[in-house]
Amino acid sequence: MPKSRRHDAIIVGAGHNGLVAACYLARAGLDVLVLERNSYIGGAAVSRKLYQDFTYSNCSYVCSLLRPEIMRTLELPRYGLQIIPYEGGCTMMHNGGHLALYDNHDALRREIARHSARDAEAYDRYARDVMRQCRFIKPLLMREPPDPTSFKPRDIGELLYLGKRFHAMGEERMYDTLRFWTMSAADFLDEYFESEIVKAHFAGSSIIGTALGPRSPGSAYVLLHHYMGDIDNTVGAWGFARGGMGAVSAALAASFKASSGTIRSAAAVREILVRGGRTIGVALEDGEEIHSSVVISNLDVRRTFLETMQAANLPDEFLKQVRNFKIRGSSGKLNIALDGMPDFPAIPPGSPTIRGDLHVTDSIEMMERAYDDWKEGRWSRAPYIDMLIPSQLDPTLVPHGKHYMSVFVQYCPYRLADGEWTAQKRAAFGATVIDTIAEHSPNFKDLILHAEIRTPWDIENEVGLTEGNIFQGELTLDQLLFNRPIPGYAQYRSPVRGVYMCGATTHPGGGVMGAPGANAARAVLRDLRRAH
Amino acid sequence: MSSTPHFEQPLLKTPFHARARALSQLERFVPWAGYTTVDVFSSVEHEYFAIRNATTVYDLTPMVKYRIAGPDAVGYLNRLVTRDVRKLQPHRVAYCVWCNDAGHLIDDGTLFRLGANEFRLCTAERQMDWLLDSAIGFDVEIAEVTEQIAALALQGPSSCAALKDFGMAGVAALKPFEIGHFSVGANEVMVSRTGFTGDLGYELWMRPEEAESIWDGLMAAGRARGIRAIGSMALNVARIEAGFIMPNVDFVSAEHTIHTDRARSPLELGLGWLVDFKKGHFTGRRALVAEERRGVRRRLVGLDVEGNKPAHHALLYGDRSGKHEVGSVTSAIWSPTCKRNLALAMLAAPHLQLGACVWAEIYLNRELVWERRMVRARVVEKPFYAPERRRATPPADH
Amino acid sequence: MAAPAPSEYDCIVIGGGHNGLVCAAYLAKSGRSVLVLEAAAQVGGAAVTREFAPGFRVSSCAHVLHLMPEAMIKELALGAHGLRLANAAMPTTALSPGAAPLALGSGERGKLVGAARVDELAYPRYAARLRRLARALQPMMSGVPPRLGTDAWSDRWSLLRLAWQVRRLGRGDMRELLRIIGMNVYDLLEEHFESPLLKGALAFDAVLGTNFGPRSPGTVLTLLYRMAAHDGSSNLAQPVGGLGAVSDALAQAAIAAGASIRTDAAVRRISVHEDRVQGVVLESGQAISADAVISSCDPKTTFLGLLGSEQLDTGFVRRVSHLRTRGLAAKLHLALEARPNFTGLGAEALAGRLLIAPSLEAIERAYNHAKYAQFSREPIFEITVPTLSDPTLAPPGKHVLSAIIQYVPYALASGWDGERQRFTDLAIDALERCAPGLRAAVRHAELLTPVDIEKQFRINGGHWHHVDLAFDQFFMVRPLPGAAQYRTPVAGLFLCGAGCHPGGGVMGAAGRNAARQVLKRVA
Repeated sequence: MPKSRRHDAIIVGAGHNGLVAACYLARAGLDVLVLERNSYIGGAAVSRKLYQDFTYSNCSYVCSLLRPEIMRTLELPRYGLQIIPYEGGCTMMHNGGHLALYDNHDALRREIARHSARDAEAYDRYARDVMRQCRFIKPLLMREPPDPTSFKPRDIGELLYLGKRFHAMGEERMYDTLRFWTMSAADFLDEYFESEIVKAHFAGSSIIGTALGPRSPGSAYVLLHHYMGDIDNTVGAWGFARGGMGAVSAALAASFKASSGTIRSAAAVREILVRGGRTIGVALEDGEEIHSSVVISNLDVRRTFLETMQAANLPDEFLKQVRNFKIRGSSGKLNIALDGMPDFPAIPPGSPTIRGDLHVTDSIEMMERAYDDWKEGRWSRAPYIDMLIPSQLDPTLVPHGKHYMSVFVQYCPYRLADGEWTAQKRAAFGATVIDTIAEHSPNFKDLILHAEIRTPWDIENEVGLTEGNIFQGELTLDQLLFNRPIPGYAQYRSPVRGVYMCGATTHPGGGVMGAPGANAARAVLRDLRRAH
Repeated sequence: MSSTPHFEQPLLKTPFHARARALSQLERFVPWAGYTTVDVFSSVEHEYFAIRNATTVYDLTPMVKYRIAGPDAVGYLNRLVTRDVRKLQPHRVAYCVWCNDAGHLIDDGTLFRLGANEFRLCTAERQMDWLLDSAIGFDVEIAEVTEQIAALALQGPSSCAALKDFGMAGVAALKPFEIGHFSVGANEVMVSRTGFTGDLGYELWMRPEEAESIWDGLMAAGRARGIRAIGSMALNVARIEAGFIMPNVDFVSAEHTIHTDRARSPLELGLGWLVDFKKGHFTGRRALVAEERRGVRRRLVGLDVEGNKPAHHALLYGDRSGKHEVGSVTSAIWSPTCKRNLALAMLAAPHLQLGACVWAEIYLNRELVWERRMVRARVVEKPFYAPERRRATPPADH
Repeated sequence: MAAPAPSEYDCIVIGGGHNGLVCAAYLAKSGRSVLVLEAAAQVGGAAVTREFAPGFRVSSCAHVLHLMPEAMIKELALGAHGLRLANAAMPTTALSPGAAPLALGSGERGKLVGAARVDELAYPRYAARLRRLARALQPMMSGVPPRLGTDAWSDRWSLLRLAWQVRRLGRGDMRELLRIIGMNVYDLLEEHFESPLLKGALAFDAVLGTNFGPRSPGTVLTLLYRMAAHDGSSNLAQPVGGLGAVSDALAQAAIAAGASIRTDAAVRRISVHEDRVQGVVLESGQAISADAVISSCDPKTTFLGLLGSEQLDTGFVRRVSHLRTRGLAAKLHLALEARPNFTGLGAEALAGRLLIAPSLEAIERAYNHAKYAQFSREPIFEITVPTLSDPTLAPPGKHVLSAIIQYVPYALASGWDGERQRFTDLAIDALERCAPGLRAAVRHAELLTPVDIEKQFRINGGHWHHVDLAFDQFFMVRPLPGAAQYRTPVAGLFLCGAGCHPGGGVMGAAGRNAARQVLKRVA
């Protein structure tokens, strides 16, 4: 066993946020060690070859939220990251109809007008209002949320900043903002659109990854959360990473190593060690101890404090709050290797939308019913499906002529009402999804070469996300901003000195955004500077 | 009409497209409200001079047209626009603006009263969302009829003569903002004495099927009058001379602004004369009453800029040092007729009175070398150019 | 022969519901000449007692009194004007078919009996904390909501006061308040308790009168709202003569203060000149002028019906048209030949409030149907048997059962015509499971769906809060921006109904706050 040297900071988990935090710290001159339990790095941002020469982005599958300032500061393009925008998106209905979103404003207006002339024009008002909210929220993403109960100048300053930004919106828009943050996506969309398919299309992003239905208050915010990304100043654009989502992690790792950082994979942390109220480092599963006065956990708050720390080192009230933090498995994922390009008769020949994200649903009601299934502890019988075929645009993913399809499924519970997940139930879940897609693509089943089926239970076990939740915690009002993850601990710090959080479990939450990692690194550096 | 799907060919072609394409020497087309239209046929300068000297044809089809009809049509429109629609007689047209609750301009347009309870509203941008929400509580039908009506603007000092030559004998009797109906051969044409050039001119409204034959007839009849098809660049010069404002150039619709404080009221845009506070309630009234009482903090003014370099997008300053910013230019041209360097600009108080002097910061590209000029600009009266012939009825016969 | 009624008043109140009457009473007490115009033959609006079967009377809409502040009862001397309580402290009992009932007691002294031991231990702490949080919100509940972004000191002051109240809670409670206020009641209760029946009962108050299930975020707000709305005492009470007696006392108080009340006087429209209110025109054609018109009607009726969108701006009308105003609660009245026999219940409990909401899941499932325009197959109930405390409501020895049932949608997919009887039977069957023999005792049953409530009580959508109670239609944005301070865009026109902050329930706060605003303006 090599003798471990002491490090300035240890990061537990080589997910993208862990790597982002690591990069920032290493660039500040710290000696940083990243420890990863799996034999590969990336957490949920990975490219994996699980079948022949097919590369699966087998967990996260879009890269739209990754903050441009992070890509730039960490020089990720130099280390190989290329983000390519999707060509729109589309929702397919069971009656053979579809709605596609085209980039060109006139094409889009005519497309929506096929369903409702009124909605075609209301779309401009909708886009305007969503953009107004994005403009308010975006600057908050890269900031530490203030503690409203604190009288520290920094917190008061941040609160005033928030208040000032809010106030600058003007009276009318302040009310709009209050309403927007608390409304359901269904009610919000009802204020703009009349056509079911138009509403269903936009409602899609309000449920992705959450244990909310489109009628649950608060889901309008989730809708916005998915809009907050931008690619080259096109706000709301979605893109994918060339080479799969693993390319994000690979670029981060390369940037980190270039700043002399160290990554150890297959090095599972058993415990974050605490002596006298402060951390002294970590112990690995094999007993090795590595010392550092700073340990930053990329794991979600439940895993960090309930599974990797001794309860005796933490206040009871804090532990209770950690147990109460809601992390709910609600999504499944299929990764499918295809022998060729599947036909989707609903999509007109020549439409670029086939290269965007394809959704399957008929209406908000159908999505809500899918949610009702989840509440009852079963996977949706008519699930909401968000699929895409990135191999059309990225030839590096597959052997020539073949295709890779990523299928995100909402809803799939972590715990089934009728007992634990079994191989048989997993296969049945996969069959439900494949049957649903086949209803829209007659040759789909014949093309399937291999399918990886991942339930929330599988994702938890492999990736380490509690319940397989992609946001490391629900994005509901009680778990946003200064409430995320725990009131009083929203500033990346924990009750134990030297222990920090940097995962999506912290503000501003999940998606491959990197903001929590960057914000956490800033908090660490500020504390270190103060200590010296 | 081609059947190319919208995702491959987002822009529609107007019924005059084949004719316009045949005359286009430069292949310069621009999108306008979902259609492709000509920016320049051959030369902006010659097209412009045809507006002021002869007669011109401009394809107006993309203008968004709404049919508004029903028992409550007058009440509906009176609540929508700031003018008193009850005073608009049948067969007359009125230039109108409409506002949101905050009294900020949503758009401007021309309102045609076709009958007691039937109107047509023409706007540069689509408005259905606002028009329908405005209809809550009114017994009125609103339908977009843009595709059902082709339109041409016939503008210039000899436009009346050209129309007479074309076979519209009675057209000379039309007063400004009046509507007439004419048959030419088998074709029915509605003519309004309206336009966007500040010159004598008419707008012709017709069925799309008859569009080409009317175009051909007009071009043939107008040949001796120097008729010429023009694109939007030439028109833009004329409209600035006439002091007319353009959406997304001189103002952004209050329904589209993302940033706070970007929307403008009709009072700020110098359109206070269109606001009738005595007519009863209309959307934005309360806000405008308050603004009127307060006085505007900025206003769109006409500027006469020193030198001959148009002050495109120039920032304006209170003094030559360029320290105290007081506004910015929204539209600018060198006026070939007035021989003045003109601009429309949004200017802060107290620089609004006629004769006030501000400084414009102009950047010039001279053979790829950029130069910065601070030049004097004086607030002057609008319109910059308003020939008497635009009002004369009957118009002179040339 | 009486002198002809004057045709000019300082204030006209449209609607003689309890909020309208409260408003009129306060205005009259301040020396204004006030006329209340009520379309029905009797005042009271949704707080009325009516005969629904020969000899059987019932509070036909609201059926318990618990939100009206004691201060208001005193200020208006409602006792002197005839208000007496038949039962001043109704205990709450949760029922579940086939399970022992769970007693939640009454008011703050409420003691939990019948739940799991751990829950009985946890309950006092939970209840005390919630009460502390609710108390911090109380000034916000009872006062006029501030406007944002104005320069007015009163707005700033009330925002600061609210912040101070919350701040004063101390760090722990403040954090908890900020955390739970946006949460759903399902998660909150799961954090604290084990007994399904207890969780169901506690969740009931959070979803009662809303368009939510327990899993809907925002239901902790509606729960805290209910707790904060009354001044500390959360006693449920039953007035002698039913809820109509409250309205009668309010009417007497208003008249004693000098107000005039006209019934059978429906308003056709509110007249306006140059954005200033002139008065009203009655259906009869009579015009009555006033400096201020205060409408206790719901906002849709007030703005789109009585005022007309031509007097309002498009953006405002757009917001009004988006208000969610559809009720999801029905009322069931049973005329009973005999005293109902709920399994395991003593006399005191039976005279109280009974809940049938066996678990969080059961409530959520009941809600599921309503999302798709169907009525719940297994609805949830709030039941009272008012004749136990007040025998005057029925012939001797007979009884009345009054129940609020959720979830019953306004717009039933199949339409109400063919379904009314089916749903009534379904509801009686559900009651029968907790009270064997009930069906045999039913002489007459009356079901009021939200559609009936809309028709009979002139409430657009048949919602007893007029405007759905939810975060985005609450406090500073209730009923909508631009009309959240009881004022409207039209000078001299005010709102005072349940659509305003703080909402419905027989509370009167909206009426009192509106009166304050009127007095501030028309001084």
